[in-house]
Amino acid sequence: MSAPALSTRALAKSFGSLVVARDIEISLPVGARYALIGPNGAGKTTLINLMTGMLSPNAGKIFLGEEDITALEPQDRVRRGLARTFQINTLFPGLNALEAVTLAVAERRGIAGQFWKNVAEHKEAIEEAYEILLKLRLGDDCYQVTRELPYGRQRLLEIALALATKPKVLLLDEPAAGVPQDESGDIFEAVASLSGDLTLLFIEHDMHVVFRFATHIIVLVGGGVFTQGSPAQIAADPGVREVYLGTRGHG
Amino acid sequence: MALAENTMTPQRYLQRLSRWRPIEIAFWLATLLPFVLLPNYLSLASQIAIAALFALSLDLILGYAGIVSLGHAAFFGVGAYTAGLLSAKLGWGEPLTGLLAAAVVAGAVGYATSFIIARFRHLARIMLTLGFGLLLAELANSAGWLTGGVDGLQGIHTWPLLGVFKFDLYGYVAYAYSLAVLFILFLGARRLINSPFGLALRGIRENAVRMPAIGASSRVHLQMIYTIAAAIAGIAGALLAETTETVSLDSLGFERSAEIVVMLVLGGAGRLYGGLIGAILFMVARDQFSGIQPQYWYFWIGILLIIVVIFLPNGMLGGAAKIYERWRKR
Repeated sequence: MSAPALSTRALAKSFGSLVVARDIEISLPVGARYALIGPNGAGKTTLINLMTGMLSPNAGKIFLGEEDITALEPQDRVRRGLARTFQINTLFPGLNALEAVTLAVAERRGIAGQFWKNVAEHKEAIEEAYEILLKLRLGDDCYQVTRELPYGRQRLLEIALALATKPKVLLLDEPAAGVPQDESGDIFEAVASLSGDLTLLFIEHDMHVVFRFATHIIVLVGGGVFTQGSPAQIAADPGVREVYLGTRGHG
Repeated sequence: MALAENTMTPQRYLQRLSRWRPIEIAFWLATLLPFVLLPNYLSLASQIAIAALFALSLDLILGYAGIVSLGHAAFFGVGAYTAGLLSAKLGWGEPLTGLLAAAVVAGAVGYATSFIIARFRHLARIMLTLGFGLLLAELANSAGWLTGGVDGLQGIHTWPLLGVFKFDLYGYVAYAYSLAVLFILFLGARRLINSPFGLALRGIRENAVRMPAIGASSRVHLQMIYTIAAAIAGIAGALLAETTETVSLDSLGFERSAEIVVMLVLGGAGRLYGGLIGAILFMVARDQFSGIQPQYWYFWIGILLIIVVIFLPNGMLGGAAKIYERWRKR
């Protein structure tokens, strides 16, 4: 059996006495589509921050494929194929979509340190960026400066930037956060149309979306993995229902 | 306009962003006017060109990479003393090699300090630039045997430019020289800004948090631009030493660091011409005001600065661009 695309071993993190991650062991097979769910404050975003290196764990290990990446800096993890998007738009407000995605492509191709050649001379990098934008239906808006893009388009640009790094594993932190329900389908359709080799983990609150797009669900509660399984198993689990209805009184 | 943009290939669009505009060509042609119209002000024009080059170097780190520096004069001063000492102590007054030496030494100092600068952010980083600036100024002050201390460095003799053009009293050669160096380095900076590296710098300025998430090492980028900007500031300092044949302590003092920030903010940071316009404005205003009220002239600069920051947050050029946009949309 081949190594999982991404896995963690006994991952733990606390801020003072507040435990935000306890003994987290997850394992994403190559090409899987995992959903990460749980009540507010369960530590979902924290887990993404730990795996991408934006927070460093107190204990435990993170593996990308077979490589231990626990000690690597965020940008080095990205270069090895682990990308993420942000729940709150974390874009380049003053760049247009084409410039932003071209920048990400240039970084991946190792040409972003070149200061003697015009960007426009890097035809392949620009075309690659443009293709990513077309794939996410951002082609018509790509010359508009990011801060003036409609919110839903900005959410798509979040994904476009991550895709430009050519990830093997993509972690999506509430990709449709703040988008009206009738538009959130568009974003998940775009996500669903991504290549089957790509391993996905996404955080999402809308259970319809989760059951529709995930092949496997991890339930996080109070910083620990509460349970995990197929959508059918999770749907039938009385414990999960309790957590979501709040009878366990978790926040 | 919008329609044309939609049918254009992305590559053509990016090419168009970096092409020369008529107003740029007009600007550079206008820099030649002092030779014929204001022959009595060529020394001032030379000083303006030097300040413009210094402001351009600050713009690369402040306007593009978002590094606010209150100690940028350190590199200007290091360049000035390098070229000055080369002539005063070693008897080598050849101007072009003097510039080169200044660029190398100032660049090296910039590179050495960049390791610390790139590691910190916000207020801590500003204070570090200030700290390094103060440190160097006091070093130059205490090393009076070498720098001449408060009396300034005497005994600089600059050889004729290219072995032919002697530096004259009226400043013809000085202005031609300063202007040519400014123009060549401006071309370099323009190229840099339109390169993938320039795009990465804007990325750091726009959102430093996102950069690592697209696989970018901001630290490496910041160290590189800090070094480049230090070298250019060093060249500006060397130009001043060579054309005035003297170097004083205030060439690396805090006041000069603050002044250059003011010039850049007045003109408009993050626009290649911001530092140039700011330098012209500031230096001409100083020349005019200090004739009337020499001791109070900062009062007027203070008022101007307050007005610009409140009403034109992107400087004079930013304001002009806004007015132009509004006029075009009509």
